[in-house]
Amino acid sequence: MNTTFSQGLKAGSSIAIGYFPVALTFGLLAKTTGLSIIEATAMSLFVYAGAAQYMALSLLATGVAPWLIVTNTFIVNIRHFLMTAALSEKVEPAPRWKKAIYAFGITDETFSVLATQKNRQITTAFAFGVALIAYSSWVIFTAVGHVIGANLPQFLQQAMSVALYAMFIGLLVPSMKGNRKVVLLAAIAAAIHCALYYTHLLSTGWSILVATLMSAIFVEILYVKSTKNVERFTEQKEVN
Amino acid sequence: MGSTYWWMLLGMAIATYVPRMIPLTILDGKELPPIVSGVLRNIPFAVLGALIFPAIIHIQDDILFGILGAVIAFALAFIGLDVMFVVIGTIAALAVYSLF
Repeated sequence: MNTTFSQGLKAGSSIAIGYFPVALTFGLLAKTTGLSIIEATAMSLFVYAGAAQYMALSLLATGVAPWLIVTNTFIVNIRHFLMTAALSEKVEPAPRWKKAIYAFGITDETFSVLATQKNRQITTAFAFGVALIAYSSWVIFTAVGHVIGANLPQFLQQAMSVALYAMFIGLLVPSMKGNRKVVLLAAIAAAIHCALYYTHLLSTGWSILVATLMSAIFVEILYVKSTKNVERFTEQKEVN
Repeated sequence: MGSTYWWMLLGMAIATYVPRMIPLTILDGKELPPIVSGVLRNIPFAVLGALIFPAIIHIQDDILFGILGAVIAFALAFIGLDVMFVVIGTIAALAVYSLF
């Protein structure tokens, strides 16, 4: 059972590895965009959102108005409403201020690690451990990327770009085994997201949200209906 | 970049923190209708599907690179390796692939 702070650190260590190349590249790009080390590291320290930070850099470089960058950040991060709502069902009761603190550490990656835990409840200490190691990696390697300003060797840089996705797969597959509902949920969400992505119907921030929600609702209705049918069937049998 | 940058950073920080914090603190232990909590319990697995695809296919210009990565990661996870070894194994395999 994963319950303690140090078990959280351990469970979060694959996120720390995955963040390493992404944060390093962010630091480097921030430097080439003209941000000082303080400005670049402060963004990782206070905002802490990979996709939104990258987007901010490219928008800053093209001279987009700051309020538009803020609006964009919100849209990219809207999906976290869904994730933290889902998480609220799984975390142990704790004072609001504690939840408000580790809520800051909820990213796609920390959410995935927390939400796929087999425990019935996620302890606050475990959540803090996962959040802290991921956050530290993100902030520290942003600064390092800005300082050393050099990339990893090309082949390693390329290979490491798979890290976070490999982690998502490593988290998903154990739950898929012998559970058709999980397979269905992931497959339908992936299919909808692909459809939205290739038709350019929605921006990435919205499309992940829409794909996730559609899949989760559709599968839930499917399963509620089938259990009702089973119930009706058994009721009829009993009547007969 | 000056003070505009810092105001923008403040705005970005709030825009990121609010969606993370509000549901976790407001839904705090509230009883939700069964259909809603059922949907919420489905979210993690649906999110993972949407996060993996199609993004993993496009991590490099060479589409084969991402597809190979996905196949290797699925295989390593399927034989029951711990997440950390799935990550390291996939990186190692792709490093070898991009060297040749």
